[in-house]
Amino acid sequence: MRIVVVGASLAGVRTVEGLRRRGSDADVVLVAGEPGAADGVAVDRPPLSKAFLASPDAEAAPLTTREKLGALGVELVPGRAVDLDLGARRVGLHGGESVAFDRLVVATGSSPRTVPGLEPVPGVFTLRTAADAAAIRAACTEDARVVVVGGGFIGAEVAWTLRQLGRPVALVEPLPTLMVRGLGPELGAAMTRRHAAAGVDLHLGTSVAGLEGRDRVEGVRLTDGTRLPADVVVLGVGTVPETGWLAGSGLDLRDGVVCDEHLAAVGAEGVHAVGDVARWHHPRYGVDVRVEHWTNAVETAGVVAADLAGERAVHDALPYVWTDQLGGRLQVFGQVRPGDEVRVVSGDLDGSFVAITGGEGQLRGLVGLGAVKQLMPFRRLLLAGAGWDEALAAA
Amino acid sequence: MHVSVDLNVCQGHGVCHMTAPDVFELDEEDGHAIVMVDPVPAELEADAQLAADSCPERAITVS
Repeated sequence: MRIVVVGASLAGVRTVEGLRRRGSDADVVLVAGEPGAADGVAVDRPPLSKAFLASPDAEAAPLTTREKLGALGVELVPGRAVDLDLGARRVGLHGGESVAFDRLVVATGSSPRTVPGLEPVPGVFTLRTAADAAAIRAACTEDARVVVVGGGFIGAEVAWTLRQLGRPVALVEPLPTLMVRGLGPELGAAMTRRHAAAGVDLHLGTSVAGLEGRDRVEGVRLTDGTRLPADVVVLGVGTVPETGWLAGSGLDLRDGVVCDEHLAAVGAEGVHAVGDVARWHHPRYGVDVRVEHWTNAVETAGVVAADLAGERAVHDALPYVWTDQLGGRLQVFGQVRPGDEVRVVSGDLDGSFVAITGGEGQLRGLVGLGAVKQLMPFRRLLLAGAGWDEALAAA
Repeated sequence: MHVSVDLNVCQGHGVCHMTAPDVFELDEEDGHAIVMVDPVPAELEADAQLAADSCPERAITVS
């Protein structure tokens, strides 16, 4: 049995480690194509928009090394996958080589979106790899004027981090509040006010119309007519799953590789997907989801390693994401849906707090800032499927 | 199985407590993990390993 894992970021690396921990004696190959990384192995990404960006001395270590993989009996193949032949059971690599497999794990993650129509000019960055983060850090010199495009978790976190370093930071977001997809409108609005109070120059409800500057970026023009001077522009406008190399393979691709609850690709034999690239039927929610969070990468790797080792597992974990900003750690568990009710059950929205969210009598989400301990009882209730009234009673 | 937490690395996500509540408790103040049972009894070993895997800071060592 030969298992080939394509992608050497968190989900791929944890999959090969998990296989060995579960006693798999299969031949295991890790195809590693992280751009700009030694041997193609990615670093742990969460610090890249946090501590790494904030400290000139911070380093980012790869998630594994050739030596560590060798000790596990895992073959490291640096290279970028360019196509998949399911019939011949081979993955084609850039440069013409190919790798044969019996079982395939797709772990190619996602790539940052860019803004349509924006010409790539020096000074404009996306943030995904350690090389990206190092380039942004180097460009954000003491007097650099920064414009962040996109007010999701990454954009807001980058804006906060750079503002704390004293940089003048503007943020452009087409929606009226920051982090609305993750936090919902009410909590998003409260956190937006805190960004404004911290001196982030917010431009909400407007979009980027174009860039100024020829040899390097000098400014950003907005659709509302505003012109923002800029030395550095960071695009944080989401990601797209890395499935280009799977086009025409016969795999069902719909914003990710479509999988069942075991993360086995639907309609294909012996193919799994893990991490950002996997879309699966979530038993807890009864809908197909794709999740780009750190914990999801770890959990999916555990499920697939178990499945390949002959222990059937289901991926029904409670989603968890965190971001370091607003003077603490913001943690979100479960789902915050747009129309859901929000109740602050500990603290207040100007300081540390815990809020519960839900609807139709259900507790569906938890948001906490700087309140790990206070979150815990509610987290247990959420996991246990407790109702809204039960959660309120625990407040 | 032995389990330990490097408190210089732990950032208080609390994932370990959620994953293995019988092995890890959380500090009242900062949410740092506290090991409740060491050595870990056989029936909790799988939970402890899962908690170590799930720690965003890789602050947990099992041996």
